[in-house]
Amino acid sequence: MALLTIIGLDGAVFAAILFLIAVGLTLIFGVLRILNVAHGGIYAFGAYTGTYLALGLLGLGYSPYWSYLMLLAGALLVGLTFGPVIERLFLRRIYGQAEAIQLLLTFSIFLILDDLMKLIWGTQPMFVSAPYVLLGQFSVAGITYSWYHILLIGLSVAFGGSLVWVVRGTRFGKLVVAVIHDREISVAVGINVNRFYTVAFTLGALCAAVGGALIAPTISVVPGFAVDVTVLAFAVIAIGGMGSLEGAALGALIVGLARALAIHLLPELELVAIYLMMVLVLLIRPQGLFGEVELRRI
Amino acid sequence: MADTEAILRTIDLTRSFDMVKAADAINVTMGHGELVGIVGANGSGKTTFLNLITGYVKPDHGRILMMGHDCTGLSPRRITKLGIARSFQVPQLYTGLSVRENVLLSLAAASGNSASFWGPLYRRPWLGESGEILDRFGLKSYAERSVAELPEGGRKLLDIALSFALKPRLLLMDEPTSGVSVEDKFQVMDTLVRVLRESDITTIFVEHDMEVVQRYSRRVLVFDNGRVMADGDPISVLADVEVRKAVLGRE
Amino acid sequence: MWSNRPPLAALVGAVLLMAAPLVVPSWILFILTLALAKFMVVLAVALFLRAGLVSFGHGLFYAVGAYTVGFAVKWAGLREALLLVPLGTLCAAVVAACVGVVMARYRGVFFAMLNLAFSMIVYAALLKLYWLTGGTDGLGVRPPTFLGALPPRTIARMSYYYMTLAIAGGVIYAVYRFLASPLGYFLKALGENEIRIEYSGESARRVIYLTYILSGALGGLSGVLVAFTVGHIVPEYAFWIQSGEFVFVALLGGYGSVPGPLVGAIAFEFIRTYASKYAPEAWQMTLGLIMLAIILFRPGGLWTIYEALAGRFSQRWRGAESG
Repeated sequence: MALLTIIGLDGAVFAAILFLIAVGLTLIFGVLRILNVAHGGIYAFGAYTGTYLALGLLGLGYSPYWSYLMLLAGALLVGLTFGPVIERLFLRRIYGQAEAIQLLLTFSIFLILDDLMKLIWGTQPMFVSAPYVLLGQFSVAGITYSWYHILLIGLSVAFGGSLVWVVRGTRFGKLVVAVIHDREISVAVGINVNRFYTVAFTLGALCAAVGGALIAPTISVVPGFAVDVTVLAFAVIAIGGMGSLEGAALGALIVGLARALAIHLLPELELVAIYLMMVLVLLIRPQGLFGEVELRRI
Repeated sequence: MADTEAILRTIDLTRSFDMVKAADAINVTMGHGELVGIVGANGSGKTTFLNLITGYVKPDHGRILMMGHDCTGLSPRRITKLGIARSFQVPQLYTGLSVRENVLLSLAAASGNSASFWGPLYRRPWLGESGEILDRFGLKSYAERSVAELPEGGRKLLDIALSFALKPRLLLMDEPTSGVSVEDKFQVMDTLVRVLRESDITTIFVEHDMEVVQRYSRRVLVFDNGRVMADGDPISVLADVEVRKAVLGRE
Repeated sequence: MWSNRPPLAALVGAVLLMAAPLVVPSWILFILTLALAKFMVVLAVALFLRAGLVSFGHGLFYAVGAYTVGFAVKWAGLREALLLVPLGTLCAAVVAACVGVVMARYRGVFFAMLNLAFSMIVYAALLKLYWLTGGTDGLGVRPPTFLGALPPRTIARMSYYYMTLAIAGGVIYAVYRFLASPLGYFLKALGENEIRIEYSGESARRVIYLTYILSGALGGLSGVLVAFTVGHIVPEYAFWIQSGEFVFVALLGGYGSVPGPLVGAIAFEFIRTYASKYAPEAWQMTLGLIMLAIILFRPGGLWTIYEALAGRFSQRWRGAESG
């Protein structure tokens, strides 16, 4: 029973972070039709920047409560700069080109970001514990758990909820869903396609950066942790369905729980389990759980 | 007509899309060597009929028989292998290859699986045959040039030539003159019909242009609301008032 | 149209490569050997790029080839090159035949991701089963013998170079034959119009499947030769970033031709050597920046630079003759 609770909580925390990353990735794919391999890099950059700012402020003697704000500020900084820069300087030049080229472009940006982090912050792990420690801990089934984790889950759920509201309630949200569903609508509706794409990509980048900033206090930020997350994010949206926001949520839950199960029950299988699941889903339902099959018209 | 003579026979062919009956219990029989034109207003079901016969779309009910063989539910690839070839409203060509290479690939595909993967594509028997086909379709001068350099009428002819190269028993053409300029229309059709008659291939073509249908077909099927509303020789069918109202009135 | 015959420069290049051991220093010979060895897996990736398909998982076959050698050396004491080369290639081809059954149904991003997933499963296995595979430490591979005999140290490097060169030559010939065959043309046609292929009675899936087996075999062959050359193999051979590197080199050299990947492989190895000397901390960034530059300014790769120059040269030549 205790084990189940732990697995459940762990799974929920993984899922919460994975959801933030995956929803951004799936949004970018749905609207721009590009798989953003650099997504994990933006996530890591958000973690680094948020941690750096928080540590900086704490070093200056401010109250640790400011660290939350710094994390958020770091994420916003990363998302709001990288988003527009990457989309306008690079992605815009390759729309409509061969898929291989697009994948390689985002891959090269990923490589650059990965090394950039190493160059800026070095290879020593960075750790800001204040946001985590500040909220204290509680006991569940004899295991101590941190309130910060609950905060993570709560924030992620709240974010998901606000996404639903944006998608159903605002013009922009409905437009996004329409464009994901049928690309030609964007031309027909007469929106400013350039700006729309930039906004969509920036939003996706923001989600990733926020995810990174939020997870940072629970781990020590080291070079290379972007790589693991990237493949996990792919797995999530492959399972959930590319371009589907609900798919990102469900996929995140499945992958998060699977990862928690593997870590606690069969640690050897941790990596393999995720990829096996991805293979299975792609085999049985290639478009993912919520994805749509595109019918060719001739 | 006895079943063994019928090259194509559909029995109660039915297909709906979202509540709309695009094909409503269609019963059609075609004999060897016929030259049939299919007309109908937009949405009358003529393209659906074509798609059903070529396997692009599966019927909800009914059967399709090709020379007695039951083709119902087979994939486009299997149906092509059985002898039904199709050309497209928008020419489906290999844009990065030369005109001749397009034809060579059709010949390679038609030659049977194991033969296509050993030895070069540019082999003497196929080179000769491709030259002949291009000549008959009037495309010989474009043979080594890229597909991109073909004029619109040429693209159409090549698209049909590719299907022709498969040596089909039955050839279906989807709007062969659409997108072709008025001056070229009859030239294209003259070439086509001449080639097809020489090779004794049963031909069905879907057309919007009444003049083309009147001039080149020997039998006309009129589609309306997923059913065949008239079936007979071009002159009498197209003179019929009801037909004219159904086909022209709604356009 | 699309050229399937070796251009003049390629023949010149071949002569240069054959004369290399007599003129260049040993460290350059090592780089060339490595480049020739890796060229095959890059070619394997390039084949699919022609069809518009990206494989982010060729590390799978690369690792299978390399670890076949590793296991053979470790457990069976096998060192014979003439045995290990076909063995590694065959193992990779068998894996490709199994995986290809599934892969042939997919296109686009799904093809890339499924490939990636398969290769990552193997990576995870190689990592975790450390008692079998040596885990993160990898496996050592001793230099292979030729027909039982170990070449004397003075000409060892040269003999491995010539072996790799000879195999590369054979591969180039085989791939040219493949590209000239109907299957090779269908592969290119696949990227342009799959509908027409199906309506010709040919199976797109079959085309991809057969190409996949060839591609996998080439990947495994690369793995074997690299294992020989480097002498040490690691699970990272199956990692998705390694696969990405192969795609990068294919793009660098130009995937529209057969010499392209070779040019790319050689250029890549030299870039890597200099980068590790002058900027070891920023290797990924160097790679990324070069890739960006190529994508934005010269997506046809280095080979198109040659083609453009050759085109201009032959025009001037023809102009001089007729003028």
